[in-house]
Amino acid sequence: MKKECVTMLLAGGAGTRLGKLTKNLAKPAVPFGGRYRIIDFPLSNCLNSRMFTVGVVTQYSPLVLNKHVGVGKPWDLDRMNDGLTVLSPFTGFNGGNWYLGTADALTKNQAFIESYDPDYVLVLSGDHIYHMDYEKMLAQHKQNNADVTISVLEVPWKETSRFGILNTTDDMKIYEFEEKPTNAKSNLASMGIYIFNWKLLKEYLEMDRNSTDSDHDFGKNILPALLHDGHKLYAYPFKGYWKDVGTVESYWEAHMDLLEEDLELFLHNNEWRTYSHDSNFAPQLIEANADVHQSLINNGCIVGGKLDRSILFEDVHVAENSYVKQSIIHPGVRIGAHVHLERVIVQENVVIPDNTTYIAQADEEPIVISPDFFEQATSS
Amino acid sequence: MKTMMGLINLNNEHDFLNELTYFRCGAAVPLAGRFRLIDFTLSNMAKSNIQEVAIFTGNKYRSLMDHLGSGADWDLDRRHGGLFILPPDWNDPTDISKGDLRHFHNNLDYFERGKSDYVLISGSQFVSNTVYQDLFDYHIETGADVTLLTTTYDLLPEHHACVKVRVDENNWVTCLSNDTKNRHVFTNVYVMRKSLLLELVQDCIANYKTHFFSDGVKANLDHLKVNAYHYDGYSAIINSVESYYRQNMALLETESYKQLFSEGAPVLTKIGNQPPTKYRGTSKVNQSLIATGCVIDGTVENSILFRGVEVRDGAVVKNSIIMQRCTIEQGVHLENVILDKDVHITENQALKGAKEKPFVIAKRKTI
Repeated sequence: MKKECVTMLLAGGAGTRLGKLTKNLAKPAVPFGGRYRIIDFPLSNCLNSRMFTVGVVTQYSPLVLNKHVGVGKPWDLDRMNDGLTVLSPFTGFNGGNWYLGTADALTKNQAFIESYDPDYVLVLSGDHIYHMDYEKMLAQHKQNNADVTISVLEVPWKETSRFGILNTTDDMKIYEFEEKPTNAKSNLASMGIYIFNWKLLKEYLEMDRNSTDSDHDFGKNILPALLHDGHKLYAYPFKGYWKDVGTVESYWEAHMDLLEEDLELFLHNNEWRTYSHDSNFAPQLIEANADVHQSLINNGCIVGGKLDRSILFEDVHVAENSYVKQSIIHPGVRIGAHVHLERVIVQENVVIPDNTTYIAQADEEPIVISPDFFEQATSS
Repeated sequence: MKTMMGLINLNNEHDFLNELTYFRCGAAVPLAGRFRLIDFTLSNMAKSNIQEVAIFTGNKYRSLMDHLGSGADWDLDRRHGGLFILPPDWNDPTDISKGDLRHFHNNLDYFERGKSDYVLISGSQFVSNTVYQDLFDYHIETGADVTLLTTTYDLLPEHHACVKVRVDENNWVTCLSNDTKNRHVFTNVYVMRKSLLLELVQDCIANYKTHFFSDGVKANLDHLKVNAYHYDGYSAIINSVESYYRQNMALLETESYKQLFSEGAPVLTKIGNQPPTKYRGTSKVNQSLIATGCVIDGTVENSILFRGVEVRDGAVVKNSIIMQRCTIEQGVHLENVILDKDVHITENQALKGAKEKPFVIAKRKTI
């Protein structure tokens, strides 16, 4: 059955810079924002922008991710003719192997894409936090009569050396890529969101497949080759909140961003909801001696202590006389009495014993308390 | 394997919650911050390996149907069995049945098609979080014709209307009455063989009876073997505004909350997809049950907020139940109040009810 546009959501990355947060799960499955996993943001964008044909490419530690994504029900992607398909690496008649790069993930799933005979392919990555209407980007792509459209964000000039920068003419036509430039000519950073004309992309994937010195990567190989050959690449400027939660520090920062007044509408936006699973916990119980400020709290929490600028995922208990500040507490955590946490990320189901204190100073990376944190502390 | 099919009979539950049942039946009334009354019994059934549940609805069932949908949120969207909402639809021109027996008579095919040999029947007013498997095992073990789920309460006004149970030393029921001093209360949950149910239904209809339990079970106590299975867990009966208010407020105690929610499987309800609740810098919240999607700047004390409620700066909400999507503007003072869904309280209003008789405001009002 023909579909105009197929979305390929790349969710196979290891996200190694997140350290313990991605030890046992893929980066897109990392919990975010008090009830979500990172992949909920691009998947909800798909639903909100009516992109109903979605392939989710998985590879690294996919157990939690697969269970979370399932058949795509929370995002209305459990559909009769298209909907969500999980695309894991596979073996076939000619053997098989892992996805070698972002482009290779599409090369190996050509049969999936071809089955919808699409005009366009939208490529997303599963590890960014943002709201975006892909339908508008596609409209722009068609209006420009472009071969490729790349979504870009204006970043502060002093940070341009951290991003892949696109240099454009006034009409947003791209003439040059610069990877992490020291003296940038533009501050338009690529967001890793691409729309390709499928027929053209297919040719380039075919060439890339046979190239031995390629990294099989969109940013490094496919896009430069397309630009070099004189195809029409356009930038699509995005306005709004966008965060790459690539490191523990930026993961923590993104959460603190959510507590700022001007970003409040991000999650509480009824026009652009973010969807996820719901484990049906009861409403949160805030006890008599609790004191809660500038915080986000999900269902099933029982709070007896003091919270300041913190985020509690579902089913977290904070006992009396404890103080949790600027911290992120993942589901199922139990925090004992007289505990003091500051700039701490506590992972799923960890039990913090009574009378313990963990504080990361403002100039230190936030402390991640993982399930084996206490074992390591006692054995060393 | 012996299995049960479920029946939630709402036919005899009248509009027992005043303003809260102006626009919906009692079973669809919201409670405890995110649930509806029917969620408790329906979740219990779903967790008891019951694959098909029928609901006999009387009137005002639109809100109930909207809530239940296909039954997916209770895992009851099934190829085999599933959820059957059965509104009053009298299709038999030769029908002589009356009362709730009309519902049985016009839906006999539900029972005949069902693959289970036993039927578990319940109303919506008994609130508990349990599985009915133990009751069922007990029913099979004792060889009873009918087994009633009973419990013991310190008597409150809401228990006056309940059927009271007297049993002998082996829990065989000797008397069912409205004895106002008896603490042994029938929960309106009972189980029996399907064939017996159909027999009793025919018998009641032939004798122009109107009430399946009273005329079919209670009146036949002398020749049916009726046993009582005693339930010891946390539970409540909600059948009036006063009991509704009291039992909601009881959940603000951590002990009661943990007994009803934290032990055993979660209570299932329709998924709302709200973000976590936001507490802003000026918020002051104590002893309260708060659902997701709320934004709180003001003071909330000893109260329940449903999903998506906004309490603005300087507003005070005390001893109150605030349902979905209400907005409480700046400087408002609420005490002993129940606001139904979508109520908007404008700046600096003060509303106060009596502790024993809360002030109820109907849906979608602006005050």
